[in-house]
Amino acid sequence: MALLSYTIRRLLMLIPVLFGMSLIVFAIIHAIPGDPALTILGEKASPKALEELRQQLGLNNPWYVQYFHYLWDILRGDLGDSLHTKAPIAKEMGPYLAATVELTLVSMIFAVFIGVNAGIISAWKQNSWFDYICMLIALIGVSMPVFWLGLMEQWVFAQELKWLPSIGRDNPRDPVTAITHFYIIDAMLAGRWDHLRDVIQHLILPSIALGTIPMAIIARITRSSMLEVMRADYIRTARAKGLGQFFVVYKHALKNAMIPVLTIVGLQTGLLIGGAVLTETIFGWPGVGRYIFTAIGNRDYPVIQSSILVIATIFVLINLLVDLLYAYVDPRIKYR
Amino acid sequence: MKKNVLTAAMASLLALSMALAGCSGSQTAQQPADQSGQNQPGQTATEPANSGPKQLIIGRGADTKSLDPIRETDGETFKVTENIYETLVNYEDTSTKVIPGLAESWEISPDGLIYTFKLRQGVKFHDGTDFNAEAVKFNFDRWMDKNNKYHDSEGYPYYNDMFGGYKGDKDHVIKEVKVVDPYTVQFVLNRTLAPFLANLGMSPFAIASPKAIEGGKLGEQPVGTGPFKFVEWKRNDTITLEKNPDYWNKGLPKLDKVVFKVIPENTARLTALTSGEIDLMDGLNPDDAESVKENQDLQLILRPSMNVGYLAFNTEKKPFDNPKVRQAIGHAINKPELVKAFYSGLGEPATNPMPPSLWGYNDQIKDRDYNLDKAKQLLAEAGYPNGFKVQFWAMPVPRPYIPDGKKMAEAIQQDLKKIGIETEIVTMEWATYLEKTRKGEYDMCLLGWTGDNGDPDNFLYTLLDKNTINGNNIPRYVNEEVHQLLLKAQSSPDQAEREKLYMQAQEIIFNDAPLIPIAHSTPPLAAKKSVTGYQPHPKGSESVEKVDIQ
Repeated sequence: MALLSYTIRRLLMLIPVLFGMSLIVFAIIHAIPGDPALTILGEKASPKALEELRQQLGLNNPWYVQYFHYLWDILRGDLGDSLHTKAPIAKEMGPYLAATVELTLVSMIFAVFIGVNAGIISAWKQNSWFDYICMLIALIGVSMPVFWLGLMEQWVFAQELKWLPSIGRDNPRDPVTAITHFYIIDAMLAGRWDHLRDVIQHLILPSIALGTIPMAIIARITRSSMLEVMRADYIRTARAKGLGQFFVVYKHALKNAMIPVLTIVGLQTGLLIGGAVLTETIFGWPGVGRYIFTAIGNRDYPVIQSSILVIATIFVLINLLVDLLYAYVDPRIKYR
Repeated sequence: MKKNVLTAAMASLLALSMALAGCSGSQTAQQPADQSGQNQPGQTATEPANSGPKQLIIGRGADTKSLDPIRETDGETFKVTENIYETLVNYEDTSTKVIPGLAESWEISPDGLIYTFKLRQGVKFHDGTDFNAEAVKFNFDRWMDKNNKYHDSEGYPYYNDMFGGYKGDKDHVIKEVKVVDPYTVQFVLNRTLAPFLANLGMSPFAIASPKAIEGGKLGEQPVGTGPFKFVEWKRNDTITLEKNPDYWNKGLPKLDKVVFKVIPENTARLTALTSGEIDLMDGLNPDDAESVKENQDLQLILRPSMNVGYLAFNTEKKPFDNPKVRQAIGHAINKPELVKAFYSGLGEPATNPMPPSLWGYNDQIKDRDYNLDKAKQLLAEAGYPNGFKVQFWAMPVPRPYIPDGKKMAEAIQQDLKKIGIETEIVTMEWATYLEKTRKGEYDMCLLGWTGDNGDPDNFLYTLLDKNTINGNNIPRYVNEEVHQLLLKAQSSPDQAEREKLYMQAQEIIFNDAPLIPIAHSTPPLAAKKSVTGYQPHPKGSESVEKVDIQ
């Protein structure tokens, strides 16, 4: 019961958060110079056509009128239409969001799997060669620019070795039929195992590029958190009982060491969803980061506003999920 | 204990490799001969034999805005729509000369006010409806009449620009479109418009199926008469077209399927081409042209120039209100060196504000030589023997006509320093840059223009007539004589006379030097060697109906 009311309270808190968000975003993008009408019509437009379009788009209204129009639409569940493509944003954003979420999840699975295990083993074998190498790689991983890593991956694995495809989500010569826009699921729904293989191959390079930084961060956090826990009394007791080392580490120590790691995983997942724009650009990934990035270039106000709202909502929800997971990992944590 | 560590590590690795690449085993089982994996047999760069359907994958930098071309102005849209729709007249493959399209022939009345087109018979839209005079009228009525049921309220930028607004506007060109018989259509004009025919060939004025227009979803479900039919659009990713088996031009198209794939990064796009994931790309970095030439599997294709990159002066402000100052700077710019340095040789130095591929180009004009002494002398005559200090604006984004504005500005800055002109380079976000240069809030700036319909009017009038100040007349150039010449050329139906008028105008413009044309670029494309018959059009987009894969 306590859990339920906690969840409801957290969800209610979303409302002021999103309201504040929308106001800040609105203020910022209207402060950027540049005329949406000009970006829509291009450098060749006549002044008359520009003026007509501004009128049409309501850009001549004072900013607060524009904001309340926007807010009213949002309250009615309408995310608005893109100025650039004239299509409804809610419909347009779905496939982009699916593409990004799919990439983010695979990246995070990669990052968590490698990062946590590397961190555990480093802590377990503290000051061994394995520890040193892991932490060196983690340091390099944290400081590696994503675009450089991405271009190098493409060069080595696509251009030179020809092992993996360098761009896109599927093979353009034999595309996946989009149903849910999560291509792994779509390929399975269609029963096309060759497509599934193709989709997974396309995911490998971008998810390594995107997952490297979170992986390195997770490895370092896991290591330090594990080191702390390993010194605790109950671990000594467990060892004294004669439990095997593997059991002590993975069963007793890991659970208690997971809290800071969970926090980082939650934050990083949220970050990747909105911040994968570099990876998406290099790998030609039709994701939501690029959608927003292009929208900023086009001064496509409704798209910027609405997609930031959607991403902020996802971010808050992921963090809520992480908070709920704390209780599972550590039963001493109670929600009130 | 040791064993446990190893087991854990091994288990992790194994699980990981299975999760990520569990596919490679089955892949070799299914396609033992194909080592590269991601390609189907018969479609790799190395495999010449072509068994399956002929597919062309085109890599490009950005997505199409909508598939209803009349609403759009951007090249990425037209690259696709030109394969789906057709226009009444066409341009020759590599020049802007007008040739028959959906209209087989035409007659122009002596006063230049009535154009009668004989339409091609037996042409069908992709939805099975007939192409005829009614369809032509339907499209034009939609575009020109704001009260038409299917007219979009945002308007049509190109229609507005090329045909003087809409029905009822003072300058509107088309009075009426009449159906004479099912295959004869007549355009009655309010006033003569010399580039009328050339305008009709522009990509936005493509004839769509009236039935599809009534359906209201033309932007997502395009229906035309062209060589390819629309299949699917995954936004920001791919647009897929397939062969139109009923295409009127027998034997075409040669391909079964065309896919336009968005790959924003130029380098990544070239990697995709090299690794065989795509067959053709535009937006090649000029610096990569050499590596493409050296690659055995690739070919370099140059698009004929239809643009001009220039240095504009704000002729309303001191010191640039004095033509001698502008001429002096003309002598201080080393154009051949700039072309060599910033276009990797993929361009030519410019003398006039229009490219030589257009008719009416005045090749009698000899460009100013690179001569610093002469420049200094002209500055002294203008009253600035010790030079002056100004702001020099450079665009922030690569454009086809100037690939790197900032670096080019730095090179010009060095030259100007030698004659005593100190410049401070200023740059800003692109949309703001365009807005402010149009309003004349600058001293000296770099900019350029890409042509639309291959008519000299589209360069000279658009860029330098006094009527286009606050629009594309960036230098805010006013010359009554040039204005009269350009207006006269606009309304004269006689091609030879127009040619003469444009030559005269170019001469005056050259002497006044409101802007210094720097270069006409020939944008490079790259393709696999196996791609044949690709002819890039100067206007920047073209149909791929004649392209084949060997």
